[in-house]
Amino acid sequence: MTEVNTDIKNKVELIKEKAKLSRLETIRLIAKAKSGHYGSSFSSSEIFATLYYHVMNYDPENHRWKSRDRFVMGKGHSAVGVYPILADVGFFPKEELDTYTDLGSPFGDHPDMNKIKGIDFGSGSIGHGLSVGVGMSLGARLDNEDYRTFILMGDGEMQEGQVWEAAMSAANFKLGNLIGIVDNNKVTVDGHTHEMMNIEPLKEKWESFGWNVIEVDGHNIEKLIETFDNLPQANSDIPTVIIADTIAGKGVSFMEHGYEWHVANLGEDDIKRAVEEIEGGQ
Amino acid sequence: MTTQNTFHKDTWELYKGLEMSKQLTSGKTLAALADEYPEVVAMSADLSKPTGLWPFAKEYPERFFNFGLAEKNMVTAAAGLASTGKIPFVSTYASFLGVLAAENIRTAVAYPNLNVRLIGTHTGIAMGFYGTSHHATEDISITRAMANMTVISPADGVALAEMIEESVRTYDGPIYFRVSRGREEPVYTESKEVQNKIGKANILRDGSDLTIIACGIEVLQALRAADQLSEAGIETRVIDMHTIKPMDVEAVLNAAEETGAVLTVEEHNIQGGLGSAVAEVLMESNVSCKFKRHGFYDENSLIGKPYHLYKHYKLDAEGIASVAKEFLNK
Repeated sequence: MTEVNTDIKNKVELIKEKAKLSRLETIRLIAKAKSGHYGSSFSSSEIFATLYYHVMNYDPENHRWKSRDRFVMGKGHSAVGVYPILADVGFFPKEELDTYTDLGSPFGDHPDMNKIKGIDFGSGSIGHGLSVGVGMSLGARLDNEDYRTFILMGDGEMQEGQVWEAAMSAANFKLGNLIGIVDNNKVTVDGHTHEMMNIEPLKEKWESFGWNVIEVDGHNIEKLIETFDNLPQANSDIPTVIIADTIAGKGVSFMEHGYEWHVANLGEDDIKRAVEEIEGGQ
Repeated sequence: MTTQNTFHKDTWELYKGLEMSKQLTSGKTLAALADEYPEVVAMSADLSKPTGLWPFAKEYPERFFNFGLAEKNMVTAAAGLASTGKIPFVSTYASFLGVLAAENIRTAVAYPNLNVRLIGTHTGIAMGFYGTSHHATEDISITRAMANMTVISPADGVALAEMIEESVRTYDGPIYFRVSRGREEPVYTESKEVQNKIGKANILRDGSDLTIIACGIEVLQALRAADQLSEAGIETRVIDMHTIKPMDVEAVLNAAEETGAVLTVEEHNIQGGLGSAVAEVLMESNVSCKFKRHGFYDENSLIGKPYHLYKHYKLDAEGIASVAKEFLNK
């Protein structure tokens, strides 16, 4: 189990700082790769930080600890925002991130469970994540373990049919230990989600599939903490989905809400502006 | 009408008596291993009975999951279960497993090298007049192109049971088993001695004029064809190449050197299947021999009852013997 850094008294402040760390490192790493997913990593920054610095039980010294909570990204393209957090909590030395996207590096745009400690399952094929979570949650139940499995999905991912196969099966198998999180940042590669392929009404869709639905501001750390602290028991019968209202590119004014920044590469001046805004951000 | 207790072995007329699928031994085998191996779990997509998983499902309901008609979810969930230390056996028709769920198998099972065992049943044209949607003549090709994947096409229920047991006890990594409808006659007789080991071909008959390398239900037909060829003065070696990947290279090269002619027989497209795999071995060796692939010649099957189809496509004993004679110009 990880110890939260006690030097910082206020957990919210800590999570805020770690979300900044995730964003700043995302900018540094993408600059190295010369292409990457800014917008959809920034929309998840507070969610990542809240999970790893407040919610989840894990052990960086024993990364395959059987009873750990699991975290899987259906939207694996946000991995660049998670790697810095995994390094920060101690799964591997921060210097290893300097190999990001180099030939043979463990770190690519999408995460690999066999190459990176702290990655519970690889991803990249959007729509797989929730199904993986169904399997992990069934495994937990068979082993009488009370860990939870958190699956982060994108709003574009809601367009994948397999998500709804998984949603149906999770309710059918009564997997109260499975928690879906939708990073509802409202953009996909080609444009704004509702203009590309409408996914609404999202809340009603999940409810009709038999899920417990919670809506929350995905950048409000107090609200995120409150939401995660009040999840139903892991041994309950109904899976929960948290629909997080988020902003693509959050934290960098010229990126916010823009689908153009889903995959991009910042020039030198823009990097400077973006870093200043993130560092100065509240 | 729901029952027809007579089974016409020649025409394979459809009827409801699943007990005739005696070669679908996965459920029985897993039930026998279940107490010793609590990590064994199984799942199907609304086909637990036709695939033969039912004996396990019935005896261990808490370890069996019916995913309904959702194969992609099932395969990916199996991968999630395997990541928690389970050994999931996933079984449905091959057309919906090795073909429909191919991307999920590639990305979620093969790439992370997880201990998921996939059992595609009713392969080839076993579904007869159900048509191309229910046929699987591409699944060997698809699964053997996936790194980390072992591909096995057992000749019968004994072979399937033996290699399932090996896969639970000692084998690591993902496996795609390819089995037919289960109503075929067996090749092997149940015995205390293990007769089928993953990766080791079985030479079931020796001969000096020709080798037939077959897999799955074509092994029995190849043996019968060899009898007919013997009457015509052609002595045929028959190899059961149940493991297509990794292939028993030594068995292939010995056959080429010692008999000088190799004919592959499979209920699969010759492009990418057993024949292609054998050809790859031969072309990269220093051995030269006559060589022919027999199976489906990059075509989809006609509609028809299985018996008529196997005859039409020369995948029965007579057909294989005629192809062999033509191949040898005899």
